Amino acid sequence: MRLRHPRAPWRSALALVAAVWIGSIGTSGEARAEYADVVINNYSDAAGMRPVIFPHWFHRIRFRCKVCHADLGFQFKAGGNEINMVKIIDGQFCGACHNGDIAWSVENCNLCHSGKPGTPTQVHESTIQKLAIQPQAGGQQ
Amino acid sequence: MSLRRILTTLAVSLLSSATAWSGEWAKLSEDGVHDPRGPAIGLLQQPGDALSNLPGDGAGNQVHWIKALRSGVIRPRPNIDPAREDRRLDKDIYLDLYGSMPSVRFPHLAHTEWLDCTNCHDQLFLPKRGANGISMFLILQGQQCGVCHGAVAFPLTECSRCHSVRNHIAQRIVAELEAEEARKAAGGGSKEAGSADAPRGAPAKPPKDARGGAR
Repeated sequence: MRLRHPRAPWRSALALVAAVWIGSIGTSGEARAEYADVVINNYSDAAGMRPVIFPHWFHRIRFRCKVCHADLGFQFKAGGNEINMVKIIDGQFCGACHNGDIAWSVENCNLCHSGKPGTPTQVHESTIQKLAIQPQAGGQQ
Repeated sequence: MSLRRILTTLAVSLLSSATAWSGEWAKLSEDGVHDPRGPAIGLLQQPGDALSNLPGDGAGNQVHWIKALRSGVIRPRPNIDPAREDRRLDKDIYLDLYGSMPSVRFPHLAHTEWLDCTNCHDQLFLPKRGANGISMFLILQGQQCGVCHGAVAFPLTECSRCHSVRNHIAQRIVAELEAEEARKAAGGGSKEAGSADAPRGAPAKPPKDARGGAR
């Protein structure tokens, strides 16, 4: 069964030109966080801590999605998990691994709380973030 | 003359690939969300250090995560709760058979390599083709497929990765699958009678033809 047809050479050339063009847009734009980095700032700002940056890229090299989203019960929503330090110290959520056994323990506050103060809770670079009104501009995420 | 041409071609191709792949992973101190004055900035791993060694891709993290997983370059743990089985399902679902875009092939296998069945079923999707009212309007708002695609899995700009099968081919595959299901349903009674002859205590095996009717 043939599902794709071979590309005409001019198409490849066009694709190359488009790729280079899009690539140059990407690099000329302002600095950006890694795709799917999650900023969690439910309580941090109010507590005088930097917001938490959760890098999906770092974690998915080591764990499949199902580890956190099935075993540990993380909802698929930035800021939707009501995580706080009491739960983490109790071994829930991040605390299932960040216990000094599998990953660094909770004394290393600044390694997670590493965001720019005032950054709202969000999934960085998400399509919805790009299309919808930014939280700073009055939208709610 | 011909050498010059070869060199020019080489230079152009190198330049263009460098433009497309020139270490586009922003440094943490420059990514706009990390505090460049925070004490962690020199301790945390830089995305480029980890991701530049993985199979490349043109979108998202610029990593082809499925290739990275299947090639064994990364070996992410499948569970932390030993009681949860690491389930896989090798079954393609064909959707959007009559739209203006090519049809969608949804591969369960690629998804179950990362996710558990319960992540989607049944709160995001009922396990029945046509029962979910899937629409790009909802997906672009972060619902249905858009819960992950556009947030963490490859972004919604990659239309042809889902819309990947020409409509008439998808229609034929689905027709074959449905005919097979109808045959099974019709022959279901006699099959059950036959299974009484199976050796006692033999584990019930799932049907082996889950692979999308390609044969």
